[in-house]
Amino acid sequence: MLKYTEDHEWLRAEGDEIVVGITPHASEQLGDVVFIELPDEGREVEAGEEVVVIESVKAASDISAPIAGVITAVNAALADAPGSVNDDPQAAWFFRIKPADPKAIEGFMDEAAYQALIG
Amino acid sequence: MTDDPRRTESRKTGLYDLHVSLGARMVPFAGWDMPVQFPMGVMAEHLHTRAQAGLFDVSHMGQVLVTPRDGNLETAALALESLIPADVLGLPEGRQRYGLFTNDAGGILDDLMFANRGDHFLLVVNAACADQDIAHLQTMEGVVVTPVTDRGLLALQGPLAAEVLARLVPAVADMRFMDSQIHGWDGAELWISRSGYTGEDGFEISVPEARLADFVRALLDQPEVAPIGLGARDSLRLEAGMPLYGHDMDAAVTPAQAALGWSIPKARRTGGARAGGFPGADAVLAELAAGPATTRRGLRPEGRAPIREGVAIYAEAAGGASIGQVSSGGFGPSVGGPVAMARLPADLPEGATVYAELRGKRVPVAIAALPFVTPSYKR
Repeated sequence: MLKYTEDHEWLRAEGDEIVVGITPHASEQLGDVVFIELPDEGREVEAGEEVVVIESVKAASDISAPIAGVITAVNAALADAPGSVNDDPQAAWFFRIKPADPKAIEGFMDEAAYQALIG
Repeated sequence: MTDDPRRTESRKTGLYDLHVSLGARMVPFAGWDMPVQFPMGVMAEHLHTRAQAGLFDVSHMGQVLVTPRDGNLETAALALESLIPADVLGLPEGRQRYGLFTNDAGGILDDLMFANRGDHFLLVVNAACADQDIAHLQTMEGVVVTPVTDRGLLALQGPLAAEVLARLVPAVADMRFMDSQIHGWDGAELWISRSGYTGEDGFEISVPEARLADFVRALLDQPEVAPIGLGARDSLRLEAGMPLYGHDMDAAVTPAQAALGWSIPKARRTGGARAGGFPGADAVLAELAAGPATTRRGLRPEGRAPIREGVAIYAEAAGGASIGQVSSGGFGPSVGGPVAMARLPADLPEGATVYAELRGKRVPVAIAALPFVTPSYKR
């Protein structure tokens, strides 16, 4: 089951890791994505730390680590096909993170709460 | 076009309701509520314009008539030449040119188009500068300056623009690049020039406010035409190597530094028949003759990351002082990569590598020829 952050990221628990992407709402707001810079695998990050640079035709923005932990994998294919974030934001994951606190994901919004947030 | 300093609400063009009904995302721009994009999205809108025909609402731009009090057009031409370092006097009837308003230091107050319409000139100026430009024009002697307040302005741009517009206004088929003519459509008087701001063939069309939406619907009924927002307008003009006022030039930038010396013909330069006689002429002409130290250059980043306005440029991969900063930059959909412009040393050869500082890292960027795409004007 997906969880959501207020920054319009989706989080999916897989084993002891969390996969992170952005929501269709975020993708639509960004517009056509033309560049993505991913973090190094193995990087230890704090919650709120900027880890991904995502640029659309309109502007540059950042994606923050939703929780503290270690980046265990990144979706390198996004660098060559940044537009896939617009085509299928639910499939276009950015990175996997192994959270410092295994229960960290529980505090985030569920689907209903997120839908209420974006109206 | 009077400016009320207490005005805080954005102005709406005559197409506001139509934009909203088409699903446009509206943003404030130069005091106006303008569509930044339609549901098609900036990338597709840009590519559509280069492939077919894009329709832009540019009604926010200022349209101004300059009419000689003595009925002699030469009076108005010479008055305009006192503000604009261009050949206004030599402009034939039915033709349009590009020009600049300069200040006493030789900086650029605005850029504009002016057309000879037989007994008066029609000027089109930037929205953000319109009030200031009109006040500036009203300092001229011997002319009447009339802001046009009852017309919207459209741009129809792209390789199929002529074919499409000719279905509604057959006479446009015979127009050449920078022709300016008056034609009728369904009882409405259209002021049409074959020009634009995208690097594509196309037209700018002034339409009476009362018929503006009707005319736009007639254009949008043509299968080749899509509505295009300001987002794609910006990426199109950037790829076309065209400077944007307030970004690539301003009151502190001279014509030579903006790489707009081409708009100042021999007749207005040192030794010419009507040399000087415009604000800042000494500085502008001396710099044109000697060559500017810095000028507007094209930039092609080697990687995929866009470099945007404000990004600092360095000569070296590490250390040294900044040699300039990006004045316009972004992703060029037709180029398929990032493109930018910056004022940089004029002696840097094309192909030279400089470095843009992006998020604390310096990335290599090549000095590139402008424009980034080849224009397709019908000369």
